[in-house]
Amino acid sequence: MKHFIAFFTFGMLVGGVVKSQEINPGVVSGNISVLFQSYEEDSLIGAVVPPGKSGLNAYSNLIYTQGNFSAGLRYESYLNSVLGFPGRFKGSGIGYRYARWSDREVGVDVTVGNFYETFGRGYLFRSYEARDLGLDNAMDGVRILLNPIEGVAVKMIYGKQRLDFDSELINGDGIVRGIDAEVNLNDLIPGLADAKLRITPSYSFVSRFQEGGNIVKDTLILELPKNVAGWEYGATVHYGMWKGGVHLTKKINDPSADNGYIYKDGEALMGYLTGNIKDFSFLLQRSITDNMSFRSDRDLLLFDTPINNIPSTTKNHTYNLAATLYPYATVINGESSFRGELYYNLKRGSKLGGKYGTKMNLVFSTSYSLDTINLSGVEGIVNGYQRNSWGFGDSLNVQDISFEIERKFSKNFKAKAMYMNLQFNTLATPVTTDFKGIVFADIFVLETQIKTAKRQSLRTEFQALFTEQDKGDWATAVVEYTWSPHWFASIIDQYNFGNPDEAKRVHYLYGSAGYINGPHRLSIGYGKRREGIFCVGGVCRAVPASSGLELTFTSSF
Amino acid sequence: MHFNFHKTSHAAKSLLIAGVMLSIIMGDSYAQSIPSVRLKDLTGSTIDTGTLENEGNPIVICFWATWCSPCKRELNNYMDYYGDWQDETGVKIVAVSIDDTRSINRVSPYVMSSGWEFDILLDPAGDFKRAMQVVNVPHTFLYNGDGELVWSHNNYAEGDEEELYEELIKLEN
Repeated sequence: MKHFIAFFTFGMLVGGVVKSQEINPGVVSGNISVLFQSYEEDSLIGAVVPPGKSGLNAYSNLIYTQGNFSAGLRYESYLNSVLGFPGRFKGSGIGYRYARWSDREVGVDVTVGNFYETFGRGYLFRSYEARDLGLDNAMDGVRILLNPIEGVAVKMIYGKQRLDFDSELINGDGIVRGIDAEVNLNDLIPGLADAKLRITPSYSFVSRFQEGGNIVKDTLILELPKNVAGWEYGATVHYGMWKGGVHLTKKINDPSADNGYIYKDGEALMGYLTGNIKDFSFLLQRSITDNMSFRSDRDLLLFDTPINNIPSTTKNHTYNLAATLYPYATVINGESSFRGELYYNLKRGSKLGGKYGTKMNLVFSTSYSLDTINLSGVEGIVNGYQRNSWGFGDSLNVQDISFEIERKFSKNFKAKAMYMNLQFNTLATPVTTDFKGIVFADIFVLETQIKTAKRQSLRTEFQALFTEQDKGDWATAVVEYTWSPHWFASIIDQYNFGNPDEAKRVHYLYGSAGYINGPHRLSIGYGKRREGIFCVGGVCRAVPASSGLELTFTSSF
Repeated sequence: MHFNFHKTSHAAKSLLIAGVMLSIIMGDSYAQSIPSVRLKDLTGSTIDTGTLENEGNPIVICFWATWCSPCKRELNNYMDYYGDWQDETGVKIVAVSIDDTRSINRVSPYVMSSGWEFDILLDPAGDFKRAMQVVNVPHTFLYNGDGELVWSHNNYAEGDEEELYEELIKLEN
């Protein structure tokens, strides 16, 4: 298959060019991304040196487009993969390829080969690539998108999912089939196109096929279902800039390695509202997910072939200490969570807002276990537990409160401050082996930026994290200097000054510099990289500590 | 038909090189236009990116996310000059959020509180990002009044807005 598409694309490229000058030969676009790391011994931070002493991940995407036809591929290299990446990704080859025909006028779009797609909010189906995490569950099969009439969008998908890569794409076991329909009532019903109130209901259905068999649990012999179905009802309502939505997802009959092979139904309910009142704008979001892990292979775990994705309730923090020490991942077997955000802008020129205005925002997010009761006897073996309500259970997974204020004081100086209060259950999201229980932490950040000369600026960050638990207190300092539009240099130092073990009170110093020219970016870094945790959709991946050189290059054309 | 699997990488490498060379050769005569992807805006309307136009004036497309600090610095700085730039060049800025299912709900309150007057599009599945060959954000593209790509920049540092402004002025002349 991959050869076919590769040669086909190549043929189209050549064919396009040798055609007469009057016919558009089509356009090629692409990108390149290279990450190289070399490793050195560093016993102080427990840096790991793999046998190959270096790692290289490289990717190139190419898309050829001519009129309604396009074809694309991604070439991947793992020689060997950099530390922390799924180690089994090996070799070089084509990991993604497709051919596509799309006619906007007729409203038909057909892809054969690989594709990414999401139904609704992804609670039932989401195929995507999170390259930094080493997660890629690309579909391999057929996708048809239809817009039969204005306001109606239908998506149909059929295929296997990417599981692995060993010089070529390796797909998982099961077959995933699905359909999603979304109706924009305002576009469908004449006269409502410009109405302030816009209503968009949606419906999705997804089914997985995998060979079955029997499973022995206690004294029972149970049959593993070959086909597992899930469906979702959704509705989104817009009223001007206000927006709200509800999604109800169900899945039945899906014993899996994730849920301990129970047959209980899976359910998820998510609702949200965003809007603004005067200078305040807000977001309220509530979600409950119960037994909603869904994979194209029931026996796999972690990053392997997830069909859906349950996003984490917490904020995606950007400051180093807030983002990487205790990142929360959804508890995949079930959680009840809430998020509220409030934004306020003191206007430019007002007494408190100053000449350039002042921005503030408050984010509160929390997640608890579900309100459940364990079942006993045969019921317990088959269904495991029963959920009593849509409410919160007794056990806290996470509570994250953060307040941020940002102000531009003059043309040349701006500053930002953040305070965050965190309660983090390391039993719910196992990000550390040093401590089991709830970590209570306070985090303070001050960021400043000064324009030092025309097109030059100095940015600094000072961060501190205080906690009695786990690895104790941390401090981070970042200094970055930029010469627009081409150059940058930065130094970051992370210092675990409060580690209960004095020998582990280590500085992680890392320096980098880079050159940017339009869409091309080259950077070089050297120093110690702290062990870290990356989390997504209920799973976390640990990146071990390392020390050494890092080169990155990205380019698009 | 039987293929030799060991030759995979050679075929792919030649393909890559061919693609790169062709894109360079064809770069001048066939400039890239905005690819067609269906996205939603903040009011829930569907927009086909292939039909984005600005009455013969330039269009700037900025890829950003609520979790990307340099992206927000870039767009907040553009906002300071947007009125002047529009008066001088008629430019329209389209800010495409690549926030996924985790953070997509934050886009609207953030944009409202920041007072951005840009056209905002949502690309939660990354379809437009892939079509535009964006590797990481921020990534900014400038299209001239004929819809041809004339400049792009993958990064943001304080002062980059001056380079964009110079490019906009070049299009005027």
